[in-house]
Amino acid sequence: MYDALALMDAPAPSPLPPPRAIRTHGAGKRSGPGQVTTAKDMENTEWVSCIAAIRDTQDEAAFARLFGHFAPRIKAFLMRSGADATLAEECAQEVMATLWQKAHLFDPTRASAATWIFTIARNRRIDALRKQKRPEPEDLTWGIAPEPDQADVLALQQESDQLSAAIAALPEKQRVLIEKAYFSDLSHSEIAEQTGLPLGTIKSRIRLALDRLRHAMK
Amino acid sequence: MTNMIQHHLTDALMMAYSAGSLPEAFSLTVATHISMCDECRARFGAFDTVGGALLEGTDEVAMTRDSFASTMARIRAARPEVKPAPRRAGLLPVPLQDYIGGDLDAVRWRPVGMGVRQAILPTSKAATARLLYIPAGAAVPDHGHRGTELTLVLQGAFVDQVDRFGPGDIEIVNEDLNHTPVADIGADCICLAATDAPLRFRALMPRLAQPFLRI
Repeated sequence: MYDALALMDAPAPSPLPPPRAIRTHGAGKRSGPGQVTTAKDMENTEWVSCIAAIRDTQDEAAFARLFGHFAPRIKAFLMRSGADATLAEECAQEVMATLWQKAHLFDPTRASAATWIFTIARNRRIDALRKQKRPEPEDLTWGIAPEPDQADVLALQQESDQLSAAIAALPEKQRVLIEKAYFSDLSHSEIAEQTGLPLGTIKSRIRLALDRLRHAMK
Repeated sequence: MTNMIQHHLTDALMMAYSAGSLPEAFSLTVATHISMCDECRARFGAFDTVGGALLEGTDEVAMTRDSFASTMARIRAARPEVKPAPRRAGLLPVPLQDYIGGDLDAVRWRPVGMGVRQAILPTSKAATARLLYIPAGAAVPDHGHRGTELTLVLQGAFVDQVDRFGPGDIEIVNEDLNHTPVADIGADCICLAATDAPLRFRALMPRLAQPFLRI
């Protein structure tokens, strides 16, 4: 029985700011730390260029760079979800092959490379470990411009970076549970069984973590 | 229509959908709601971003020595993907049409009594997704839940002890609630309902019928 939804009794929360909120305002209006281009932002924009190079010129060198960075992380993610090393290796290769094949679908104004790759890896995991499909929401046809606005791309990459920093800054007890929720393929009650923590504690820690992330993104 | 949605997804549902730990029937309901609700679509993006940040921050596990060459071989061997023609939004959102195999007119309804009809959709067995057709003014028998029930209104509206639910609204109910959803007088109501445990009907007849009807 599935009961991980019991956070449902939480009051309607203020939403995490969606990526498009920043896109609408444009990067130029941001103030404070958002304007600083960090090493991480530059790395993020470099992954964006690599994916564009695969799309435009089937650039194997660009693909090798992405592979070196992301494939070992995808493999780790799959192993933490319960796949053995052989299955995780195979799935990681398939995820990277999918990245090559679907490079034209990547929209850097809507997701960072890491976010997009996470969604491919997650869908592959559901397919491989659960033998299930994952229904996707209807795609909005707002038309992807062939050359996205660089300010929008940078703003989105910076926002992703900011969220990474906020997650890293979470108290250890909260961060561990968020990681488990995303990586372990377990519902909250299964996490409760595994960790021996009361279900209520797990729910409240996750709620506190999301509150902190929202606060950090304001 | 999208601005009139009053009942939205919770953080817990969005996080579980993003993490990929929901049963298929619940994922279908969440995906269908997001297709109808701009507010939840905007909120949802952040949850995938959390997943991306966690992937970026994870430890690495070394790939095998020839893994890059193997992956390039996979890419070269792959046949061009034959894409099915994308479905268009009709009366029903696209993710739902994929499970029905068409729009509302393709649903194969089965009567379940008192004018109510249902169609069970093909998902994994961990939870059940069904379309419910409730004629205007009719009631789904009073029932409780062992697990969780998500009910998403596609057309019309229903009222129960909690509130009124119109198109796009999702009601999330757990085991504490016995409720009797009643369709609005004005129009027939069509819902997508996902449950992870059989419903418990309080009246005698529906309970006898339950094993046969799978409700």
